[in-house]
Amino acid sequence: MQPDAISAKTTPVPAGATPSGRTLPEGEALLSVRGLKKVYSTDGGPIEAVRNLTFDLGHGELACLVGPSGSGKTTLLKCIAGLLGATEGEVLLDGKKVTAPPKKMAVVFQEYGRSLFPWLRVADNVELPLKNAGVPKAERRQRVADALEAVGLEHVPKSYPWQLSGGMQQRVAIARAVAYQPEVLLMDEPFAAVDAQTRADLEDLTRRLWKDLGMTILFVTHDIDESVYLGERVIILSSSPTVVQEDIRIDLPEDRDQLETRGLPRFTELRHHVYEQIQLAKKGHRPDAALA
Amino acid sequence: MRILKSVAYVVALPLLLVLLWWASTRGEPNFFVPTPAALVDVFGPTWFEGRITGDVLPSVGRLLAGLAIAIILGIVVGLLVGLNRTLRALTEPVFEFFRALPPPVLVPVLILLVGLNDGMKVAVIVVGCIWPVLLNTIEGVRSIDPVQNETTRSYGISGLNRIRYQVLPSAAPTIMAGIRQSLSIGLILMVISEMFGSSSGLGFTILQFQRSFAIPEMWSGILVLGLIGLALSLIFQWCERRVLRWYHGLKEVENAA
Repeated sequence: MQPDAISAKTTPVPAGATPSGRTLPEGEALLSVRGLKKVYSTDGGPIEAVRNLTFDLGHGELACLVGPSGSGKTTLLKCIAGLLGATEGEVLLDGKKVTAPPKKMAVVFQEYGRSLFPWLRVADNVELPLKNAGVPKAERRQRVADALEAVGLEHVPKSYPWQLSGGMQQRVAIARAVAYQPEVLLMDEPFAAVDAQTRADLEDLTRRLWKDLGMTILFVTHDIDESVYLGERVIILSSSPTVVQEDIRIDLPEDRDQLETRGLPRFTELRHHVYEQIQLAKKGHRPDAALA
Repeated sequence: MRILKSVAYVVALPLLLVLLWWASTRGEPNFFVPTPAALVDVFGPTWFEGRITGDVLPSVGRLLAGLAIAIILGIVVGLLVGLNRTLRALTEPVFEFFRALPPPVLVPVLILLVGLNDGMKVAVIVVGCIWPVLLNTIEGVRSIDPVQNETTRSYGISGLNRIRYQVLPSAAPTIMAGIRQSLSIGLILMVISEMFGSSSGLGFTILQFQRSFAIPEMWSGILVLGLIGLALSLIFQWCERRVLRWYHGLKEVENAA
């Protein structure tokens, strides 16, 4: 805990906050991001989306990545998912360098309508990755049924995704990821395109799946409230070129409730703190560690 | 009642057209335009006494063979080219050039290259019909949604599985539109390929009737051609409705929103 000059002027830094990404002793981390840098080469010259990111994710963690828009959140997630190659640095999953999408990872995209296959019915969408992985038919059926039940969609396996509401479609995408039984679930602003009520339901669903299934979740969002409500930990990113602005532990009770938790004084405090950090990030403030 | 109504919708305009035809051929007979009755009179004897098996079926067989080869070849090559950016940049201008060539000019060329046989006639149909399928497949594959691609990649769906589970279904609406175009091109080329140095087939028969002033028979041949085209189109529509049921449903939902 090293409160620097600027954050000292604002809300007191919560317990467990560090100005850069938290790392774990070697061998304990499930997912490690080390010195990640991503530069896109465009016709107008190179664009540095991510400058230098380092943090670890332990087994069973639920961490939210929050940052101002255009802060390279999606770029970071795609690098972690193995969908984009890093310019420098590396991503390690279970100690192995990620060079292509790993088997133990699943991604839930923001654009559920484009991520689900419109020619497949709900159950077939959920089943496809398992079919591709060669899972035997009986087990496949069971896993699909369990996943659909877990997201509360056991009643619509024969519908097409486009016959469902946006929130239900995103549930299908979550079920597809859950049935795949990944060790790490990456979620890229998954609820940005659904209405507020649906969003609250989906947040609770995410917390429940995390607790019931013991998955490790990295949740990217631009919504400060969502990051504090959902996460056990919030990693705040600076504006582009991106570094970790701050890494906070969210010490809210484990059982969260949309009304109760959001009414807690501690929730408000944390929310204020994250908000201020994001404002600082927007003004171009960077933590000392990144300047060195 | 509902069935009766839909049947009425289908036959109403054809009936009206026949009636119009009948009315306009009633007075002074024009030698070159037979009355409907004359056409009906010659239709049976002209076609059902040997020409169905001798001319029509071989023609249709060549048409279907040519179409099948063009569709399969078009999709396979289209997938290969569509999935490879370099190959696409390299081939697309050439493909556009070949597509722009009117296929009938290829008939004399193919006669020289392949000879005067069934193979030439099928080749003419293949060479003419492949372009819409090929170019539409390339376009369909190229325009696959990037999020969809990231989804398959993140779930490790690659190679043939990706083609089977994602690329083909995703490109199917565009491919089907290409196939629809090639059907009508195929019918035209079937007739044209039989008009050069041929001794059988629908195109040859119709030309023969015209040259021997068997005018009602000539018209009946055109009627047969129209019926074949109609049958092809109905079969295609039936297939399309099955293959693209999801697509039409999706469009309906999008249009309603």
